[in-house]
Amino acid sequence: MEAARLAQMRALIARHKYLDRIFAIVGLMAMFAGMITLTALFIDLLIDGAPRLNWDFFTSFPSRRASQAGILSAWVGTTLVMLVTAVAGVPLGIAAGIYLEEYAPRNWITDLIEINVTNLAGVPSIVYGLLALGLFVYQLDLGQSILAAGLTLGLLILPVVIVATRESIRAVPGSIREAAYALGATKWQCVAHHVLPYSTAGILTGVIIGMARAIGETAPIITIGALTFIAFLPPIPFTGDPPAGPFEWLFAPFTVLPIQMFNWLSRPQAAFLENAAAAGVVIIVMTLAMNAVAIVIRYRYRKRIKW
Amino acid sequence: MKSDMQAPARPAADRPAPPPPAAAAPRSTMRPAIKAQARGLNFYYGGTVQALKNIDLDLAERRVTALIGPSGCGKSTFLRCFNRMHDLYPGNRYEGEIVLQPDNVNILDKSVDPIEVRMRISMVFQKPNPFPKSIYENVAYGLRVRGVRSRARLDDKVEEALRGAALWDEVKDRLDDLAFNLSGGQQQRLCIARALATDPEILLFDEPTSALDPIATASIEELVHELRDKVTILIVTHNMQQAARVSDYTAFMHLGELVEFGDTNTIFTNPSKKQTEDYITGRYG
Repeated sequence: MEAARLAQMRALIARHKYLDRIFAIVGLMAMFAGMITLTALFIDLLIDGAPRLNWDFFTSFPSRRASQAGILSAWVGTTLVMLVTAVAGVPLGIAAGIYLEEYAPRNWITDLIEINVTNLAGVPSIVYGLLALGLFVYQLDLGQSILAAGLTLGLLILPVVIVATRESIRAVPGSIREAAYALGATKWQCVAHHVLPYSTAGILTGVIIGMARAIGETAPIITIGALTFIAFLPPIPFTGDPPAGPFEWLFAPFTVLPIQMFNWLSRPQAAFLENAAAAGVVIIVMTLAMNAVAIVIRYRYRKRIKW
Repeated sequence: MKSDMQAPARPAADRPAPPPPAAAAPRSTMRPAIKAQARGLNFYYGGTVQALKNIDLDLAERRVTALIGPSGCGKSTFLRCFNRMHDLYPGNRYEGEIVLQPDNVNILDKSVDPIEVRMRISMVFQKPNPFPKSIYENVAYGLRVRGVRSRARLDDKVEEALRGAALWDEVKDRLDDLAFNLSGGQQQRLCIARALATDPEILLFDEPTSALDPIATASIEELVHELRDKVTILIVTHNMQQAARVSDYTAFMHLGELVEFGDTNTIFTNPSKKQTEDYITGRYG
């Protein structure tokens, strides 16, 4: 090739590479903008809340005196509500996802349901709160209980679980399904022996992401009337005399961490802000821990199954 | 007359592992029994697109029948009628019949459960598709679906099937290994073992070597040839040499129709239809 054309080509490549580098820098800055803000927020919260993060904070009820107030009732409430949320939302969501993906006939009704499920994931959580207030609290007369809150959040995570289930199921190649069917498997055998086990990682990830969303929800829980100041614990689950005893906790009043935090934030005294910051740190750590579990699950399953 | 043809003839001596002469003699002279008959078979995808047109074909028992033809001619569609695979997708429709012998039952009939058909007729797919389970569980799956619980019986059948698929010696020490750790050719032989484990009456192969390298291909072909003594085989292949090497009978399909069907030697050396000749000589457009 003649020298002039070669030089021209090289100049062109250099120009293209220059653009390449510029985008790399822009992308890096965009990433840092998000990361630094979040990290700064978390560190600020950590610094503010650090003096309060001790054993007593976790074992004390809220109090009028900021230095004695703790999050015992809040984290117990959060844990129990999440338990109900998981029991209510996860099996329903997975079953619905399986049905939509494997069983439902392809017609306009299915399409309509699919669109609605996807849209439900974007509905503001307070709308779920209003629905739950009407349905669970008044209509079904569950009161302002752990059960009502758990069912509400269960509804909230339902679309997330359904969408995650469908996407993970869809990732199982058709050739695997055909292999199972060709050996004489029924639809349910194919789902139970193959499709579901091979998509467990994706489904669990979706479940945990949904739960992580639910754990920080405040609006719907306030809407159904959770208490903001509560100085007692619900009965210990699965103890007490049957038939009603083991499940008495479901109907107990409760509070959850975000509400406790919100409550403290609205106090005028600066000392309560420390408590709020400490509670914030606890929520964030809980969320991060759940996401970490999701990552571990995904990583371990991915190593085993490559399509 | 066809001296310029490129398609290889198939002298018996070229075949790997030829059967002993005593067995070979009746094989070439006796007319084999019929295992299945397709009669006036039409097939429609999604209820409208006709993919198979009035196919008549007799499947000889314990023989290899090859389906050849250009892409989109309907050979895989035809193969997948035999285990009612098309029932998995909505809107597909069969007309006509495939009669399974000796019980003389039309397996395409609505009253026949496709699962029952699939339990009698196994299939090996184009791309190796083992389950992401252990080697053992892959082979045992068909038996588990049939409700076999006894560990001893499972062990026996798994070994027998793996031996049948010429894979036993390579995997006998690592039956609990993940099937994905096998090479492509081994995976395909595993899929053959999986299909064999349930003692099928007919074994369907849908281009079983198209995703494999030449050495793995050769081992699969050899296997198909050996299996012929145990089971009726229907194999789709896009590779004419392969059809010539492994099959006893060959059917040439084009645009959903069965153009010519007969003895493999005859089809490749002395086809009666111009279309067939054009295809096997590579003159086909």
